Amino acid sequence: MGSRVDLLNHAGYREDGRTQHELRDFTVDLSKHGHADGAAAVTHGLTHVLVTVFGPREAKSRAQTMHDRANLNVELTIAAFSAGERRKRSRGDKRILEMAATIKSTFEPVVQTNLYPRSQIDIFVQVLQQDGGLLQACINATTLALVNAGVPMLDFVCAVTGGVYSTSPMLDLTLLEENDVPNVTVAVMPKTGKVTLVTMETRLHVDRFEEIFRLACAAAKVLHKEMKDAVRHRTAELVSAMGAGHGAPDRENTMIMDES
Amino acid sequence: MVEITIRKRLRDEAVVTQRKFFKKTARGRVIKVLRERYLRTDVVCGISGCPVCPESPSTSSLEYLPSSGDTTHPNYANGHLILPDTNIFLAQMDLLESSNLRAPIIVLQTVLEEVRHRSLPLYNRLMALTRSDDKRVWIFYNEFRSETAIVRQEGETPNDRNDRGIRKATAWYNSHIAAHSQPSKASSVMQSMKKPPVVVLITDDVANRRKAEEERIPCSSLRKYIETAKEAVQLLDLLASTGSQDDDGENETEADRLAAIAKDAFDEYLPTGVLSAGIKSGTLHQGHFHANQYNYLEGSVSVPAHTKPILLVGRANMNRAVHGDIVCVEVYPESEWRAPGDEVVERDTTLKNDDAGDEEGEREDEDGGDADRERENLQKEREQEKQDVLEKERQPTGGVVGIIKRNWRPTVCHIDPLMLPPSASTSHALVPLLAIPTSPLLPRIRIRTRQAPSLISQKFLVSIDSWPIGKRHPEGHLVRRLGAVGDKGAEQESLLLEFGVVYAPFGKRVMECLPSEGDKWVVPPKPTPGDTSSPAAVEWRDREDLRQLLICSIDPPGCQDIDDALHAKHLPNGNIEAGVHIADVSRFVLADTPMDHEAAARGTTVYLVDKRIDMLPALLGTNLCSLRPFVERLAFSAIWEMTPEADIVNVRFTKSVIASKAAFTYEEAQSRKDDPHLQDDLTKGIRLLNELARKLKAKRMAAGALNLASPEVKIHLDSAESSDPIDVEQKEMRETNSLVEEFMLLANISVAQKIQETFPQTAVLRRHLPPPSTNFEKLQDILMKRKGMALDVSSSGALAASLDKCILPEEPSFNTLVRIMATRCMLSAEYFSSGSVGRDTFGHYGLASPIYTHFTSPIRRYADVLVHRQLSAAIGYSPLHATLHSKTHVERLLEVVNRRHRMAQMAGRASVEFYVGLALKARGEAQTSKSVLEEAFVIRTFRNGLGVFVHKLGLEGLVMFKRDATQFDAENYTIVVPDNASSQKAKSKPNGEEDEVKVAISVFDKVTVRIEVEKDKNTQRGKVKMTLVQPVDSSSL
Repeated sequence: MGSRVDLLNHAGYREDGRTQHELRDFTVDLSKHGHADGAAAVTHGLTHVLVTVFGPREAKSRAQTMHDRANLNVELTIAAFSAGERRKRSRGDKRILEMAATIKSTFEPVVQTNLYPRSQIDIFVQVLQQDGGLLQACINATTLALVNAGVPMLDFVCAVTGGVYSTSPMLDLTLLEENDVPNVTVAVMPKTGKVTLVTMETRLHVDRFEEIFRLACAAAKVLHKEMKDAVRHRTAELVSAMGAGHGAPDRENTMIMDES
Repeated sequence: MVEITIRKRLRDEAVVTQRKFFKKTARGRVIKVLRERYLRTDVVCGISGCPVCPESPSTSSLEYLPSSGDTTHPNYANGHLILPDTNIFLAQMDLLESSNLRAPIIVLQTVLEEVRHRSLPLYNRLMALTRSDDKRVWIFYNEFRSETAIVRQEGETPNDRNDRGIRKATAWYNSHIAAHSQPSKASSVMQSMKKPPVVVLITDDVANRRKAEEERIPCSSLRKYIETAKEAVQLLDLLASTGSQDDDGENETEADRLAAIAKDAFDEYLPTGVLSAGIKSGTLHQGHFHANQYNYLEGSVSVPAHTKPILLVGRANMNRAVHGDIVCVEVYPESEWRAPGDEVVERDTTLKNDDAGDEEGEREDEDGGDADRERENLQKEREQEKQDVLEKERQPTGGVVGIIKRNWRPTVCHIDPLMLPPSASTSHALVPLLAIPTSPLLPRIRIRTRQAPSLISQKFLVSIDSWPIGKRHPEGHLVRRLGAVGDKGAEQESLLLEFGVVYAPFGKRVMECLPSEGDKWVVPPKPTPGDTSSPAAVEWRDREDLRQLLICSIDPPGCQDIDDALHAKHLPNGNIEAGVHIADVSRFVLADTPMDHEAAARGTTVYLVDKRIDMLPALLGTNLCSLRPFVERLAFSAIWEMTPEADIVNVRFTKSVIASKAAFTYEEAQSRKDDPHLQDDLTKGIRLLNELARKLKAKRMAAGALNLASPEVKIHLDSAESSDPIDVEQKEMRETNSLVEEFMLLANISVAQKIQETFPQTAVLRRHLPPPSTNFEKLQDILMKRKGMALDVSSSGALAASLDKCILPEEPSFNTLVRIMATRCMLSAEYFSSGSVGRDTFGHYGLASPIYTHFTSPIRRYADVLVHRQLSAAIGYSPLHATLHSKTHVERLLEVVNRRHRMAQMAGRASVEFYVGLALKARGEAQTSKSVLEEAFVIRTFRNGLGVFVHKLGLEGLVMFKRDATQFDAENYTIVVPDNASSQKAKSKPNGEEDEVKVAISVFDKVTVRIEVEKDKNTQRGKVKMTLVQPVDSSSL
C-alpha cells in the first residue's frame, strides 16, 4: 500500500470517500460519568476521546495553589489499545506531557479561573481510539466537559486540523492523511474569532499556510454549531427529566427529543 | 468561501462503513488497521443529461459519456456502454486504447484500484486514457456510492468480493439508466419508443460471467464482444493472448503443454516469498537484466553485492528474462564461474530455421536441429574456456530464478518472409509468426495474426504479453503497422515508438494555454512610471529594460529555437559586465496548466536528423520565446561583473526585456571575430566574450574538468523537402562553440548555487556521479598492454591529465578514440532534487563542479523550466508554485524527465545511425565499386571477429571471420588472421612453401574496412556490412 494510495483522487474524493472540505462524523455524548462533575465523550470519525472534569475544588497541594486564580490540571492517558499497534505509554512520556501542556495552555485564557482563587480544576483526558486529529478531539471534548461541569468560560474552544495535499487544502485529517501531509491544528473561540492555539509539527510553505488557516477557522465555526446543539440537547433532556421528577411526565416529548 | 460540512455516518451502518484488517509491517509485527468510509449519494454516473446526477461545474461537457452510448455494435442496437473488469485492463490495454473501439468505457473505482495495485505503468496508461480527447472514459467511484458499495463477506476472497462489486455496479448502472432515461412527458412518442442503452460487463472470467447471467446482467467475453463488432479484423489482432483464454477452443490441450515443457523446458520461477527471503538474506540478488548485443545467448545482471556483473549463459540460465526486466538471480559456486564469451553469436544466422509453428510440435526435427546447434556452440565455448580462461577474467555466473518486475514495452518488429509457411502469404487464416525485433537485445516474439500477408516487408509494433514456461519464445500481439521497411517515415516513427517518444500533435487543451494573440503577441511598450495596473505595467513589473544592450545569439545553422543570447561590455571601473539572457519560458508556461503537464510528460525536445519533436508548441518554441534578432523578447538574465582575469565579482539574476541585435551561426561569429577590419561594438563584444571564455575554460580545466568526446557527426541533407542524406562528416568544433558553452556552464553553476541556497530541499539540480574505478579496468588493461599507456582514474583531474597523454603523434584521432572509450565507461548525468540525496553527492564529475543545474535551454528541456520557476521565486519575482515545494512531487517529475532525456538521446543517436546508413548507400552507389572504403580502429576483438569504429562516420561495426580460421589471444586482445591473398601468391611460387602468411590484429590497430550497405535477404533491412581490406582482405574469410 503506502505509495499506492491516492489521498485525493481526480474526482476530488479522499481515501475515505469525503471531499476536501468535509469533516468526519462528529458525535458528542454528555452523559454523567461516575463522580465527575462533568464529562464528555467525543468522536471525530474513528478518533474517540473521553474527558472528565473535577472541580473547581480545593487545591490538593500547597505548591499548586495560586491565591488569585484556580489552577488547571490536565492529565492525559492514551489507552494501549487505542492505536493499531498495542503500545503502552508511561505517564512521564514526553509526547503525552507535551500534549497535556498544550491543552492546558489552550484553556488557560478561556476558563475564568480568577473566579475560583486557591482552587484547582482537574481535567482528565482519556484517548480510547486514535485515527488522526487527536489534539482536535481532545480540545473539543475538554470544552464540552468543562461546559458540562458548569465551569464558567468566555467562549467555546473549537479545534480542527487542516492539511495541504499537493496544492489542495483538506480538513479533518485521518491518520493516513496526517502521516503524509503537512498539517496544522487550530483552536478558535468562535464568537470572537480569537485563536487560542495554532500548532504545526510539519513544514508548510507560508503561502499555503494562510489559506489553510482561514479554512480551519471557518471549519471551527461549523463544529461550534454542532457542539452548541449537543449542549442544548443535553440541557433540554435534563430539564425535561427534572420536569418528570416534578410530576409532569411528558414521556413522549422526551422520546422525540432522544430521537432527534 | 467554500462550504464546509460535517459528513454523518450512522452507527448502524458500521458494517458497510467500517473496515478492519491486519497488516504485517516490514519488521514482521502485525498491526490492526481500522478504516472508515463515508457513503454518498452524490457520486456522479457520468452519463450526460442524467437528470438525477448533478453536473459538476469543473468538468466540461465533453468529458461526459454520450447518453445513447455506442450504437454501432450489432448485438446492442439500442446503444451500449462497456464496463470491463480488472483483468481486461491488465491484459488488453492496447485494445482498449485503440480508436477502433468506439464504445464509451466505464471504469469502476474497484477496477482502478486493483489496476494500480497490480501495475503502476498500466494504471498510468489508463489514467492517460481517461484524459484523452478522443476516447469517452468515465471513472465511477462505486465504493463511495451507497447503492453500490459492498463489504467482503465471510469466506469470500478479495477477488470474489471485487467481482461481486463490479457486478453490482453494472446492475446499478443498468437500472439507473433505465429509471432516468424515461422521456419526460413533453418529448415525442418517437423517443419513448426507444429503449435505453445497456451497460455491458466485459470479463474473461467464466465463473463471473455465469454469475452475471444468473443475475441477468448483460455480459460478454472480450473476444466474443469484438468478434461481432464492426472493426473485428483490426481489433482481433490487438487482442492479447492471455493464459486464461476462455472457451473458444483455441487453447492447446494440456497434453500439448506438457509435451512442450518436456521438450524445451525452462525452470519454474521460485515463489515470491522465497525470492524476497533470498534477497534479504543475500543468497539471491536483484538487478536489471542486460542482454548482450553481440551474443544472444548471454546476458548479465549488475548487482551491488558483486563488483562485476553476474553472467548468465544460455537460454536456461536466462530463463525467460527480457532485456530491461528486474530479475532475481542466484549465483553458482565459484568453481562454475566463467568468463564472458569472446565470440559473436548472431541469432539471425544460428536460428535461421526457427519456426513459429514448431511449438505446435509439427517440425520437431528441424527445431531439434537448431537447439542442437545452439547447444553445440555453448559446448565448444565451454571447452575452450577450460583451457585459456584467465582467473581474473572470470565473472560470477548464475541463473535467473525469478522475475521481480517485467519491463515490457511495445517493440518495433518485422518478419522474415522465409519463415512464413507458403500458405500464410495468401490466406487470411490465423497463423503463428515469429516477429523479429529491430533491437538485437530482444528475443523474437511469437504472434498470431490474420494479417500475415500484409505484414511482409512492413515494420510493425508488437507488444509482449507473456512468456509461458515451455515456450522458446515469448508470446505477444500485434499493436499496429507502421509502414514499409526502409520507408523513411516508417523508420522514423518506429524509432520514436521504440524510445517511447511522445510525438502526437499537441491537444486542444494545450493549445488553449497559448496567448490568445497567437504570433501577433508582442512585448507591450514600456509603461509610464506610476502606471501600475495596465497590462503593459503588469508585463513590465520588476523587469529590467535591457533593450539598449548589444546582445547577440550564437547557434548552430538553421536553429529556430534560440534560447540563449549573450553580451559583454567594459565597466568604468575596469571590470567587465557579461550577461547571459535566456528565453523567459516560465512566463508563458505557467505551473499546473495542461501545457505544463504536457511539457512535463514530454520532458525534452527530441532532435532527429530531419525532424524535431517539440516539448512546447511551435508558437512558443520558435517564435514567442525564441530570442530572435530585431524583436523585443522577454528574457531571464544572469549578469556577472568580472575582473579582466574572469574572476566573478558578483552576479545578479533578473527578469528582463531584451532586443537581440543579431543571430549568428558559430561560423559567422568566428569569422567576424577573426576579421581585423571589423571594429564595431558588437564584434568587440564577441571578442571580449571570447577572451573571458578562454580564461574560464582554462580555470575549469585546471580544476580537473574532463574533455570528453562522443562520436558526433553531421549529416548533409539534400534539400529540405526530400531530405535524402548526401554525406556525412565529423562535426567541427570552433572557438565560438566553446565560447557559448563556457558561458552556459557559468550561468548554470551560478543559478544552481542560488536555488540550492534558497530551496535546500527541492532545488532542481544535475549531477554526474564519479564512475566506480572497476569500470575502467578493461580499458586500462588494453591501453597498458597495447600501447604502454597508463590511465589514472583516481579523480576526474587525474583522468583528464592522463587522457591528455594518450597521444600517438602519427595518429591524431587516436586520442579522440580513447576519449570515446573512456566516456563509455562512465555513468550518465542525472537530474535530482537537492533534498533527496546527500550533500556530498551533488558534484558533477565531468565538469568538476561541486554543483550544477540546467538553466539555459527552457525551450527544449523541462528541467530548465522548473529551474526558471525556482530562480524566479528565489529573486522574489513570483511566488513558487506549491508543487515545487513538495520534494516527492519534484522527485516524481525529475524521474520522468531523466527517463525522457535518456530516451531522447538514444533516439537521436539511432536516427543518426539510420541516416549514416542511408548516406553510405548513397555514397556507395555513386562509386562503381558499390562500396565505401574507410579507415577504422579496432576497439574489440572476438574469437571470430573484430569490433571496429569508423571515426569519420561515427559508425561502429563488426567484421566477422570464419571461426576455425583464426587464432585468438584473449590476454593480448589479439586475433591472428591468415592472409589468403598473400598465401596464394606464395603458393604460386615454384618452390611452393606450405606456410600460410598470418597477420595479427589487435585492439587499437588501424585498419581499412570496406563498408557496404546491403539489403539483407532475410530481414529486408538495410544492413551495414563491413569487411576488412587492410591489412588483410577478409572477404574470403
